[in-house]
Amino acid sequence: MTALAPPAARVKAPTARGGRSGVTWMALPALLMFLAFGLVPLIGVLLLSFTTWDGIGPITPSGLTSWRNALSDRELPHALWVTFEIMAISWLVQTPISILIGTFMAAFKRYRGFLAVLYFIPLLLSSAAISITFKALIDPNFGIGSGLGVDWLKQNWLGEPKLAMGVLVFIVSWQYIPFHSLIYQGAVRQIPASLYEASKIDGAGGMRQFFSITLPQIKYTIITSSTLMVVGSLTFFDLIYVLTGGGPGDSTRALALEMYQKGFMANLMGPASAIAMILVLVGVILAQILRRLGGRGDESQLEGM
Amino acid sequence: MSNSALSRRRFLGLAAGAAGAATLAACGSSGPSSSGGGGGAAASYWSLSGPPGQPYRQAAIDRFNKANPGSKITATFYQNDAYKQKIKTALGAGQGPTMIWGWGGGGLKAYVDAGQVVDLTDWFSQNAAVKDKILPSSFGAATVNGKIYAMPIETVQPIVLFYNKKLFDQVGVQPPQSYGDILDLIPKFNAKGIAPFSLAGQSRWTNMMWLEFMLDRNAGSDVFNNVFAGKPNSWSDPAVLDMLTKVQDLVKKNAFIKGFESITADSNADQALLYTGKAAMMVHGSWSYGIQVAQGGDFVKSGGLGWMNFPPIDGGKGDPSNTVGNPGQYLSISSKASSGAQDTAKKFFGTSLVDDTEKSGWVKSGGVPVLKDSDSLFTGDDAQFLKDMSSIASKAKVFAQSWDQALSPTAAETLLDNIAKLFQLQVSPQQWVDALNGVIGK
Repeated sequence: MTALAPPAARVKAPTARGGRSGVTWMALPALLMFLAFGLVPLIGVLLLSFTTWDGIGPITPSGLTSWRNALSDRELPHALWVTFEIMAISWLVQTPISILIGTFMAAFKRYRGFLAVLYFIPLLLSSAAISITFKALIDPNFGIGSGLGVDWLKQNWLGEPKLAMGVLVFIVSWQYIPFHSLIYQGAVRQIPASLYEASKIDGAGGMRQFFSITLPQIKYTIITSSTLMVVGSLTFFDLIYVLTGGGPGDSTRALALEMYQKGFMANLMGPASAIAMILVLVGVILAQILRRLGGRGDESQLEGM
Repeated sequence: MSNSALSRRRFLGLAAGAAGAATLAACGSSGPSSSGGGGGAAASYWSLSGPPGQPYRQAAIDRFNKANPGSKITATFYQNDAYKQKIKTALGAGQGPTMIWGWGGGGLKAYVDAGQVVDLTDWFSQNAAVKDKILPSSFGAATVNGKIYAMPIETVQPIVLFYNKKLFDQVGVQPPQSYGDILDLIPKFNAKGIAPFSLAGQSRWTNMMWLEFMLDRNAGSDVFNNVFAGKPNSWSDPAVLDMLTKVQDLVKKNAFIKGFESITADSNADQALLYTGKAAMMVHGSWSYGIQVAQGGDFVKSGGLGWMNFPPIDGGKGDPSNTVGNPGQYLSISSKASSGAQDTAKKFFGTSLVDDTEKSGWVKSGGVPVLKDSDSLFTGDDAQFLKDMSSIASKAKVFAQSWDQALSPTAAETLLDNIAKLFQLQVSPQQWVDALNGVIGK
């Protein structure tokens, strides 16, 4: 008996190992990409944040000087606040609209394919192109307002801090709502029809169905979409850079822009790297919080089915 | 990190050695002849794209390449702001061009401190004929610690006050003779729905031109000279506070067009406001003339455009002849380039960049060349403008370099950042002074 067992184990082991190594092999390209373009530059930036470098001369290690410089700058809390503002407002605007459009598209079968394509168009445009177009459109002197003679459109859209922030959130939403709507559309279509049928028998109306079935069923999608929105909003750079350049004054100078100005305009690569590390930290923390909000990943959404 | 610094330094040493050898070789052969049987090395050249300069930059290179088929120069052109980033990144990575186009001053000093550019002092003393062809006042911003690191090229560009004559006739007022006149004009234009001044506020250096003139007319050139020399607390001069308060008053009086905060100069939108009659006046560099000729339809041709030196401020100590701007553009040679490429660049400096075609080309572009004796070339439609610019540049007691070009990039960024906030009324004059005192000498 004992003599027979080892071969059996030996037979089993290779398949298990083979299966696992197969999985490892499949993860390899992504892992290599992440190492080469994610982790290596990250370590480089971490090292740079402990040096003093003007971008063209020699790099000299300087301990915590760059961190002290970055953390004592009163632009840092301001930039953090602006980043948070953009994140929070654009999330608040995008999420409800995206869910509604997604639900609508999921039910609206007739033109679904056509609408899905149409909705995807803003996402295909580059942020820089979108910014330039909007900047030209809302120009108070040469824009659509003075072109059509519509007075209320002739606001100083990008010159007043509050308006500039509003325009920014509007453009972000314009660009990304279609994408998030598509995600929600997919999620809503995954909900088993039997849930709706059962609720109908129990006498639930459309509203009740939406709040009691649709919303709870797309919980994980909401978390996925929110993570994309929140972490994505940390990296808005091209849009702001082209649209307002962080202005008026420093009203829309988010963290990514602050980093760029420190590093590439003021030639302070050390403090800029410190800001970059803060940006990474904030992103990781936010992503973790959102994951926790989702609760345990193993709980079922189809209990009682 | 210390390793990489070391290897950089060693590399620099080698490069400097090579440069020295190249200079010696050039002495030996007496004159800028190419080494190795007529086949010199190829060199690269980066500069700014767009009108009015690019065609004339390209033309100089084409002339050189035609005359020296063995040592070709390849040119790459970038948009203004993109170029500033690109050149920095490229130099940092050791991938810069042979010839580095720039504005001299603080930016050049950063290259010198990093050992990126070749000392041209000896070359200029050996080629005195070349040096003699260039306006002496243009060498100031090419000189760091008493040594010349760049060749002044292209045009002298004072900043002037442009105005739309048609609008002045329409409102029935005269061009301002003093700062007091400017203050009087503001409500008159505003009452007619015309913005008194066009301004591309998002570009920030455009706002800076106002500060430069207001401070100079108010207090002369001493204050900024002290800042430039790195004297602590130089910005604390009462004249600075006075100037900053005046600038904020202008903003509060709606002297600048609505929405100026989001207008960029790269798109020439500020100049469009002037020639389309939406704004009456504009403080801008003399290069704007060429742009308005090219893009403003018949605005300039029909005599719509007026210009003058910035008027004096009543009671101000500054000399009204003083001006600010670019005393030239500058071309440096990379110390990382091969000695062959450096020779090619020097040959380019000594030939195509100082010939008569170059001089007349820049006149045609609507500019005053840094090359001497160009007044006779001022003919045709642009003659009056060119004569006036030439006279402003040559009669100025002080031709100051633009602040952001004169200061180091670190100090310049703080300056521009605070100027944007000043125009936005986000900082008080005192906060501005404190912030700027913090980066003196950095």
